[in-house]
Amino acid sequence: MNARIQHVELHAADDGLKPGDVMLNIENVSLSFGGVKAITDISFDIRKGEIRAIIGPNGAGKTSMLNVINGFYHPQQGTITFRGQARSRMQPHEAALSGIARTFQNVALFKGMSTLDNIMSGRTLKMNTNFFWQMLHVGPARNEEIAHRLKVEEIIDFLEIQAIRKTPVGKLPYGLQKRVELGRALAMEPDLLLLDEPMAGMNLEEKEDMSRFILDVNSQMGTTIALIEHDMGVVMDISDRVVVLDYGRKIGDGTPGEVKANQDVIDAYLGVSH
Amino acid sequence: MQSTGITSGGKPVTFPQYLLLNARRFADRPAMRFKDYGIWQTWNWAEQMVEVRNLALGLKAMGLGPGDRIAIAGSNRPRLYWAFCAAQSLKAIPVPVYADAVAEEMAYVLDNSGVRFAIVQDQEQVDKIQSMAERIPLLTDIIFDEPRGLRDYDLAKLHDYEAVAESGRAAGADAKAVSDWEAGIAASDGSEISAILYTSGTTGRSKGVMLGAARSVKAAEDTARFDHLDEHDEVLAYLPLAWVGDHYLNYAQGYVSGLCMSCPESPDTVPLNLREIGPTFYFAPPRVFEGLLTSVMIRMEDASGLKKKLFRHFLAVAKAHGEKILEGRPVPLSGRIAYWFGDKIIYGPLRNVLGFTRIRVAYTAGEAIGPDLFSFFRSLGINLKQLYGQTEAFLYVTCQKDGEVRPDTVGPAAPDVEIRIAESGEVQFRSPGMFVGYYNAAEKTAETLTPDGFVMTGDAGIFDAQGHLKIIDRAKDVGKLNSGALFAPKYIENKLKFFPNIKEVVAFGDKRDFGAVMLNIDLTAVGNWAERNNISYGSYQELAGLPQVYEMMRGHVEQTNRDLAAEPMMAGAQIKRFLVLHKELDADDGELTRTQKVRRSFIDERYAPLIAALYDGSSEKYVETEVTFEDGRKGMISATVRIVDVPVFPAAADHREAAE
Repeated sequence: MNARIQHVELHAADDGLKPGDVMLNIENVSLSFGGVKAITDISFDIRKGEIRAIIGPNGAGKTSMLNVINGFYHPQQGTITFRGQARSRMQPHEAALSGIARTFQNVALFKGMSTLDNIMSGRTLKMNTNFFWQMLHVGPARNEEIAHRLKVEEIIDFLEIQAIRKTPVGKLPYGLQKRVELGRALAMEPDLLLLDEPMAGMNLEEKEDMSRFILDVNSQMGTTIALIEHDMGVVMDISDRVVVLDYGRKIGDGTPGEVKANQDVIDAYLGVSH
Repeated sequence: MQSTGITSGGKPVTFPQYLLLNARRFADRPAMRFKDYGIWQTWNWAEQMVEVRNLALGLKAMGLGPGDRIAIAGSNRPRLYWAFCAAQSLKAIPVPVYADAVAEEMAYVLDNSGVRFAIVQDQEQVDKIQSMAERIPLLTDIIFDEPRGLRDYDLAKLHDYEAVAESGRAAGADAKAVSDWEAGIAASDGSEISAILYTSGTTGRSKGVMLGAARSVKAAEDTARFDHLDEHDEVLAYLPLAWVGDHYLNYAQGYVSGLCMSCPESPDTVPLNLREIGPTFYFAPPRVFEGLLTSVMIRMEDASGLKKKLFRHFLAVAKAHGEKILEGRPVPLSGRIAYWFGDKIIYGPLRNVLGFTRIRVAYTAGEAIGPDLFSFFRSLGINLKQLYGQTEAFLYVTCQKDGEVRPDTVGPAAPDVEIRIAESGEVQFRSPGMFVGYYNAAEKTAETLTPDGFVMTGDAGIFDAQGHLKIIDRAKDVGKLNSGALFAPKYIENKLKFFPNIKEVVAFGDKRDFGAVMLNIDLTAVGNWAERNNISYGSYQELAGLPQVYEMMRGHVEQTNRDLAAEPMMAGAQIKRFLVLHKELDADDGELTRTQKVRRSFIDERYAPLIAALYDGSSEKYVETEVTFEDGRKGMISATVRIVDVPVFPAAADHREAAE
């Protein structure tokens, strides 16, 4: 890139963990809504630097699992340890502050705002100046905004969405909206990125693009990724380890190859006669 | 041009010599812009010179020397443009490669040109080259601009542009290295090869066209003067780097005139960047202008009633007076006033939206442009002109002068270009910028040059009464009627295709008694017309066969005959009979190429009965045709196609003798 603009690199924070160390540990977690058991006694871990897929048939509890991880749901039983600290009841914004970002199954962007502003909103938690400074848009607030804008531009460049920088996201095709949503999550410079069906409803080309972005985020920014995805081809290609849920229980866990050979998993997907 | 103190005595004869000159005379003028992280970055000529020098010294340290070939692949980026000049400053030869070429094609060019180095934009290009490594044995080092995704690659033979330029910067700290570099540039007499550009290869394997340095400079000087380009001009460099048009219009004309070249942020942002930059000189192929017109019309459909009315009214005003005003011809005062108002409320804002506000000169070339389309842009006050060029000529063979612009010719010979029409009808030229030869293909060079040093273009053309060249077809497609009259199928087809109601045309006549055509109606245009006239139809086939549609087509063909009759060379090829085909010509059925060009020989075979009917005098013919549906299934459609006679007109007398 150009010498005039200082190249900023987006990086996951250095948390003292080495790649391969356990970043998030989930132990015997159970979650129920009244009598409905969404998650039953699930344990698995997410290691730093990996791409971890969570798969399973409809209603298996995948999204509930993500909601538990980012503090939106609170499990009745079990412990969640993030970077060695067991956490009790945590609010989503606390999860965000601690370095967990996510995207949603149904795109949850501000439809009337531009791509740029949507991604900028992902930087809110990183802003230090208060509302009054920002309103006046002078001095420290101005400098801060420029610094944040630079990070946002880095993300726009990274995701190759320069052409839609000023376009209201409501006008964009679905595949691009998904990309903008990924951009907003990246703007938080998360250590752990949770992606809820990043490729749902996309065509083959869009899926290929998205896969490449996910791999690039993982390798260049060093971001750990947990993703839910239905496209088995994609999951098997890009993830390091896969955990399989069915009816709220864990039925498989391992590398894509191991999971594919697991009889329980095959039964859950293909169905067996009872 | 001022004296420069360059050892050849005065004027620069290579692009690097111009770089040094511009770095002095236009030191503070912008030379290059690039939108990065959403902000336009600018380098002036002095800074651009330093950037080129850094890269050149870095490349020199890596072993790049005189005569070495260096490939350049990627989209329009300042660094890739600098690579051209950096290589040329070391008398190495840049070989640009189309960024979207598949690995196979790329390997062919890289191997054929024997490149030792490659400067590429990103991982995509690196991957393509590396996947073909064994096919390109001479290539040793690849330099990349964007490190993204390349972190885990084996970096022994891969170099970051940043690092190469940094080593050049360090070497440049030594004043002697700099003065040696400058002395090396100054010492050139321009006899070296400046670049090898590969032809697109529509006619067989692509060939490497070697362009001489001094010749290229001369050609660029001529046309820059012709269009009065200077250091205040701006262009947006968005055309493929490897195409002669980009290399000539942006790089070559840029260096000799000192204009500022802007590189778009990404290929997707070109329309936005066009509006931001507002170039003064612009080139686009006809289909780009067609796309612009369509998008304007579609967006106007959604406008409010008042706006639509104003738009239509002032478009009519522009049609009546716009071109005359542009060309300084007489226009009644009322027309001038109406146009002035139109300019304030319609044309000006429209030009602004398209990014054409500051355009002084715009060119189009590559294929025939519809007269209505051409006039539309000209009537808005955009000085759109046509040129005819070739890689072998280093672009310009002919170009239109301001004020002498016509939609159906490509203009008189460009400055210092000699053109003649050979016995066979083929256009031949000799020009200041003409190529030195094809790389590593002496026999091909010999086939292309005439004994007296003219280049054979392979295009058939004629001069009209005003001495403007008309390109009528590829020379090999031009035939003769049995009467001996010239028959150029594409020329007739293009004339008919300019009617919006006609989508595709196939003309017959070679070795036959008269000209005849098969027409395809344009479903959108004709369907729209049917709707407006309360004509109902159930299918394409039914619509195409309607008597009213035949009547409309007959009118179009008659008009074409009238036009042809006015041209002495073409009058003999008027169309006597036509038919409207019952199905659309389709690439899935093999009737068109994937680029939507008619596959003549295939159609000759497939529709042999219909073609026979065109010539046996019958008034209708029953045919069955196999079609391929989009899902790959096949089916048959049958129809009785009517064949209609059209009157022909007496040829106009040849006015040329009278005028001379």
